[in-house]
Amino acid sequence: MLIALKQRKPLQYLLLLVVFMLLYRFVPQSEANWLWRLPSLFKELPIIINDAVNYLMFEWMPISVYDPDIEEYEQKPLFGQITRGFSGVILFMIELVREILLGGVKTIVTFTSWDWVSENKWARWPALPWTVITGGMVILGYSLGRAKLALFILCAFTYIAVFGQWESSMKTLSFVLVSAPIAILLGLWLGVWAYRSKTVEAVMNPLLNVAQIMPHFAYLIPVMVFFGIGDHAGAIATIIFATPPMVRLTVLGLKKVPPEVAEAGLMAGCTDRQLLYRVLIPSARRDILIGVNQVIMQCLAMVVIASLIGAKGLGNDLLIALNQLRVGKALEIGVCIVLIALVLDRLSLAWANKQTDYFANLSFKEKHQYSLIFLVVFVVGIALAVLGSFIFKEGFNYLYLIPQNKGITTEAFWQWGVDWIWEAFFYSFKAFNVWFIVEVLIPIKNSFLGMPVVATFTLMMGIGFIVGGIRSALIVGGCLLFIALTEWWDRALITAYLMTIAVVISGTIGILVGTLAAQHPTSSRFILTVCDTFQTFPSFIYLIPVMMFFGVTDTSVLIAIVVYATIPAARYTIEGLRSVPQELHDAASMSGVNRFQRWLSVELPLSFPHMALGINQTVVFALSMVIIGALIGTDDLGQLILKSLSDKAGVGNGLVLGFCVAFIGLAVDQILRTWADQRKQALGLS
Amino acid sequence: MSVQTKTSNTIEPVIRCKSVYKIFGDNAEKMMKDSGGVIDTEKLKEAGCIVGVNNISFEVYPGELLIIMGLSGSGKSTLLRCISKLTTASAGEIFIEGEDILKMSNKQLIDIRRSKMGMVFQSFALLPHKTVLENIAFPLQVKGISTSDSIKRAQEMIDLVSLSGRENHFPRELSGGQQQRVGIARSLAIEPDIWFLDEPFSALDPLIRREMQDEFLRLQESLNKTILFVTHDFDEALRLADRIAIMKDGIIEQLDTPANIVLHPATEYVRKFTEQVPREKVLKIKAIMEPVVPGEQLSDLEVFAEDIIATVAEEVLNTERPVAVVDVNGKMIGVLHRANVVHTLFGNNDAVQP
Repeated sequence: MLIALKQRKPLQYLLLLVVFMLLYRFVPQSEANWLWRLPSLFKELPIIINDAVNYLMFEWMPISVYDPDIEEYEQKPLFGQITRGFSGVILFMIELVREILLGGVKTIVTFTSWDWVSENKWARWPALPWTVITGGMVILGYSLGRAKLALFILCAFTYIAVFGQWESSMKTLSFVLVSAPIAILLGLWLGVWAYRSKTVEAVMNPLLNVAQIMPHFAYLIPVMVFFGIGDHAGAIATIIFATPPMVRLTVLGLKKVPPEVAEAGLMAGCTDRQLLYRVLIPSARRDILIGVNQVIMQCLAMVVIASLIGAKGLGNDLLIALNQLRVGKALEIGVCIVLIALVLDRLSLAWANKQTDYFANLSFKEKHQYSLIFLVVFVVGIALAVLGSFIFKEGFNYLYLIPQNKGITTEAFWQWGVDWIWEAFFYSFKAFNVWFIVEVLIPIKNSFLGMPVVATFTLMMGIGFIVGGIRSALIVGGCLLFIALTEWWDRALITAYLMTIAVVISGTIGILVGTLAAQHPTSSRFILTVCDTFQTFPSFIYLIPVMMFFGVTDTSVLIAIVVYATIPAARYTIEGLRSVPQELHDAASMSGVNRFQRWLSVELPLSFPHMALGINQTVVFALSMVIIGALIGTDDLGQLILKSLSDKAGVGNGLVLGFCVAFIGLAVDQILRTWADQRKQALGLS
Repeated sequence: MSVQTKTSNTIEPVIRCKSVYKIFGDNAEKMMKDSGGVIDTEKLKEAGCIVGVNNISFEVYPGELLIIMGLSGSGKSTLLRCISKLTTASAGEIFIEGEDILKMSNKQLIDIRRSKMGMVFQSFALLPHKTVLENIAFPLQVKGISTSDSIKRAQEMIDLVSLSGRENHFPRELSGGQQQRVGIARSLAIEPDIWFLDEPFSALDPLIRREMQDEFLRLQESLNKTILFVTHDFDEALRLADRIAIMKDGIIEQLDTPANIVLHPATEYVRKFTEQVPREKVLKIKAIMEPVVPGEQLSDLEVFAEDIIATVAEEVLNTERPVAVVDVNGKMIGVLHRANVVHTLFGNNDAVQP
């Protein structure tokens, strides 16, 4: 019996399930019973964190600082001064970019004073007309990526201007143009460091894991405490969130550089620095560029979230539109965010792939052609703006700046569409919604909540043990234990319930669609393009259409999660299936399998490890979306994190809650990754 | 490309290795330190270390083409990397033009690589983000030569390896043979004295390989570099080498001229390689010629002592009388009878004397 158990995994799972059911059935539900719920021993943890943060910010290591206002030295804590200086630098950079785009006075004030500026009215920096900026971007696009890119940028920026989102978009752009390069450079630097030192890599790896699963919101609170509120705080939160994938991909890329290429660099007589900048990093540029792309995506995804701590621009507008349930407006703003993301992404790609022509003996005109054209655009744009001031005597100069709400808008159309859908389908939607919530969601939610803590531990640690032995079981157990000892176990169960349903649905849809698409190269390319496009959208965007149909309910959140989380499942399925070598297909065909048999007995087993990684990504995506779902109303961990944002002493709560979410993700990650690695090794794929 | 240097003591060797060891393993360094310089390879192997290069000593003379031949895992590439200091040898001395590179500072090493060494790699190792022209100019630019000068020099190299018209292609757009031409051009751009080639033609198709070998011989004819060439292909070694070092398990089994290796394999292992080799394609006339007998009636035909037998066999066999063998100066140093050639082609080869 025992020996049979040792060798037969299905039997082990069956036994585990039986034990789980028994525990579920027979553990009494009482708060005093430790088997039902663990006592919240970590209740004090948020308070301790709060105290520690306060001490660090306001008491630790006082230093003398000269205060120019009262003209005296004052005792101020060191850490606060450091963060203040940091905020100042970031804020200055954002203001600088913003004022180049939109005009303003703060940059000049920084170098002079308010008094000087009020005396010299001419020193006010005027905004560039939108025609000039659009023209400039188009020229940049043309010089890097020829007509196609230029045309795309022209359309994108014209859309932004014409739809009256210019000011907000430029604010967002200035914010991204500062945070993205910092995140990219920081990520590159940390990545190189981790590549060079094994110790650093060993330390950084778990940190990156946690950082990538920590919900966006959780970063906001400490950032808020340390750096205050405003554009700079948003930028700092964005940088923290966008850097980990860059580090990851830099390390990955550098490791993939063939050793012979590095040797060739050494034999050419490269110094360490030359080897790094001229051989290793350029050779790894494929992965590093994916990292850059990720950073830009994360920055745009954070645009909305950062607006919660005071970043101005499109994110703020979108949030307001969502709160007012103005779907059409939200959609228009959402399109702006996506367009900016796409433009920056394409530009960075084109820049990285640019070639130098060594043969052309360029004349002055040719060498500076783009600058010259820009000069022309600049003059023409300003002339147009001046001309505009005569044409549009009353009201607004459309050739200079199209103010918010004065552009074209399709909001009425969308609103009409929503109204029409509501009128036409109200009852069927409502009926479905009610049925779904009452008959499906609530029973599942209750069964999750009715799970004794001992049963949860047994199930998860048991799976961990069967898959990866004692080590995995302990890691999974440790993650769960942290959550169980806080006072939010029930909330975590709700998060887990939404996540589980979403992952099951997304996984099924993703694998199904992926499998069908993978049957043909054209269809798989099509689906991969769709995945790429959808992945470009910041996660918020998904909330807009579902709210249109299902209002503010769990159903909306769930559908948004499913749409978002299906992307990785489909992508990894296609990649996995298509990476099965052609010879194996041929071998299977020659053995006389039909298509379905081939899929079942050859393709699926071989691509399953890769698919498992897809499911792992699905879990991460789903978790992040569950938390963002808090914005349209859920009652899980995300909601609590959102609440602690507005709480003065919310740091402790926010961080602990964030860790809870991260640990849910890490527990699942541990199991899936271990399993996938084992399978890969068994199949000789790694 | 003569082999007369092999016994000459008056000429300084360009490369001299003395008891070089390379030992891989986590605790190799510590164990070697504990033993105080005495290297007991058996003990190291027992401790789980891998001995890549085991007590190797040899010299390479100016203008010589030395081929290190061995199967995979024999330590041939490791040895080459020790000499170019891409890996650091665990023990021993390696002199490049009289200087011990193991004692060199990083700066000296970079200097010597920038001025004296070039290397060609099996997988070409071209920089994927640079065009053909930029790849070739890279060692020059690293050295700090101005863009226009380095591009000009790179253009010359492109002409040398007949790649004109492909300057602006990327490596991924070229065939394997073309990529290796770029690799060769890059390694020669700084006009190195010492040329390392690590299985340069192994990744190529047989026909292209042959073509590249010819090209390589043509280049060496005009450039006359000191060459250390690694290969696992015995035929390639025979075709190109002045001398061959056959390696197995980190040890040089035999180091000698191609003819001597074929005629007198030092070990059983070497013999296995030589068994299938057609003698007439390796041996030179001087290996089978006979001493001059005064007064003998000779034909009008003369052959050079350095000629490979196969290249002149037909002519010699079509001649009735014995043929005169002359050296490069035209001085007669021996005679060749038809019987000698017939014996080489069809006879029992063990009897042939070099």
